[in-house]
Amino acid sequence: MKIIVCIKQVPDTKGGVKFNPDGTLDRGAMLAIMNPDDKAGLEAALRLKDQYGAEVTVLTMGLPKAADVLREAMAMGADKGVLVTDRVLGGADTWATSTTIAGAIRNLEYDLIITGRQAIDGDTAQVGPQIAEHLGLPVISYAQDIKVEGDKVIVQRQYDDRYHVLEAKMPCLVTALSELNDPRYMTPGGIFDACKAEITTWGRADLKDVEDSNLGLAGSPTKIAKASDKVRKGAGEKVTPDSPDEAVDYIVGKLKEKHVI
Amino acid sequence: MNLEEYKGVYVFAQQVDNEISGIAFELLGKAKELAAPLNTDVTAVLIGSDVKGLADQLAEYGADKVIVVDDPELKEYRTEPYAHALASVINKYKPEIMLVGATAIGRDLGPTVSARVATGLTADCTVLEIGDFPLVAVPGKEDEQKHNQLLMTRPAFGGNTIATIACPNNRPQMATVRPGVMQKIDPIKGAKAVVEEFNPGFTPNNKYVTIKEVVKAVSDTVDIMDAKILVSGGRGVGSPENFKILEDLAAALGGTVSCSRAVVDAGWKPKDLQVGQTGKTVRPNVYFAIGISGAIQHVAGMEEADIIVAINKDEDAPIFDVADYGVVGDLNKIVPQLTESIKAAIAAK
Repeated sequence: MKIIVCIKQVPDTKGGVKFNPDGTLDRGAMLAIMNPDDKAGLEAALRLKDQYGAEVTVLTMGLPKAADVLREAMAMGADKGVLVTDRVLGGADTWATSTTIAGAIRNLEYDLIITGRQAIDGDTAQVGPQIAEHLGLPVISYAQDIKVEGDKVIVQRQYDDRYHVLEAKMPCLVTALSELNDPRYMTPGGIFDACKAEITTWGRADLKDVEDSNLGLAGSPTKIAKASDKVRKGAGEKVTPDSPDEAVDYIVGKLKEKHVI
Repeated sequence: MNLEEYKGVYVFAQQVDNEISGIAFELLGKAKELAAPLNTDVTAVLIGSDVKGLADQLAEYGADKVIVVDDPELKEYRTEPYAHALASVINKYKPEIMLVGATAIGRDLGPTVSARVATGLTADCTVLEIGDFPLVAVPGKEDEQKHNQLLMTRPAFGGNTIATIACPNNRPQMATVRPGVMQKIDPIKGAKAVVEEFNPGFTPNNKYVTIKEVVKAVSDTVDIMDAKILVSGGRGVGSPENFKILEDLAAALGGTVSCSRAVVDAGWKPKDLQVGQTGKTVRPNVYFAIGISGAIQHVAGMEEADIIVAINKDEDAPIFDVADYGVVGDLNKIVPQLTESIKAAIAAK
């Protein structure tokens, strides 16, 4: 079985968001990590590899430094890494990004493609289903459990108040939730091998069946009209009462003042 | 693509188990506002099996027209037959704007359909308005500025940044919209819409998946998005059993219990009670954040509450940066006593 896992390098918003003195987001000061949903997708692929034997290829699109997450994935157990990087691919929205990744995947053999549901920087959840659409594959989003039986995948697909157990014939694409599993750590041997491993690097010329007009900033149907850091309403009062009685009197007082009670 | 051909504001009227989801009514409310400056009307696209009877409800909430795609293949949501249905509607009727709820269904359907009809899609919007793109005309290129564009505003970066996005050269302009943000109109009793049935034909292909089982979560709780008072607990509550003190407080105030992601991840509470970026956006009158540190992803889902009361033993917890009234202290001591005090205050009225 051949599995492709699409991963993204993202700034770590969970490890504490850093701001510049002027209130804008200091992206340079934040750690770059493998996107959590993608990491769960990678772990799911590695478990299928452990169970049935599989070749796991990790693929990312980004700046040259995004090779770091490919090496991390290989240190966890992925077999091959593919970096798609090219100046003309920059500034892509989800349409142009999914077009690019689909163009790269057309060069590879696969039974199963796994992506994270969404990345913690853009939070769109669009790239996975759009890759499937470009490749003409069935898509199962929001996977909370992935199993393989013969040439089929059996997936628990999460909804708000239920889940569906879905069966799809491979090849297909599944988007993974971070709830899926607890990803394994890199092994020392894995880290050693991953440092030396060769990473395949592809640019625009390597993308298959893709029009220039669908790539990068120029090929993105959505355009940013304005971007700003969010203005929050700011802190109100904070008190440190000496006793629970005092705390309760404070809260009850405020609730009365605001006519809640 | 001849952009002039595309007319009307369309809404995907999500239904589950033949019950229209609240988001459909919210989208209709917003669609009516958007249709006014465009001098156009509002169409709801109702997709399912045996759903035609739901059209009147959509009319009462603002739909001028309802397109019904009714087919046995559409009984439960599956990406492929639904994407085929909605993409076929778009190709036939050519809407100028297509709105979809940013639900677990819409966030799968929207991207698939937008890729199929080759247009842009903006995810999880919180503000939609009609305006110019670029916002300010480039000097000397005033005639290149496009008017009557859909401007879609959304948070990104876990709610830390906010961007306004347009889709000037493709149609329809598509957006998914976060539930709980747009206002539905007061229903107009007896309102009727023009109902049109359309069936593009459904022939199963490789993209059709099989539903082997539907497992519904057993839940008799109130939808937290409808609650006026929410008593929300985080990891600091300590155990699932200890949520009892929050439930007592909620009961005293006529409110509902909700929780943070950590609580769902720990298996203490079901997913449908989760507030935040990957849960629900809530805007109650009062939000109690109890033992919740206030990660940015949580704050993104509750900061629009009118009054935020936080109780946390960590005086540096980020929740205090958004709380109107923050109390540093032990929730185990404060909450039960608060419940008794509130009961007494209400009884004394």
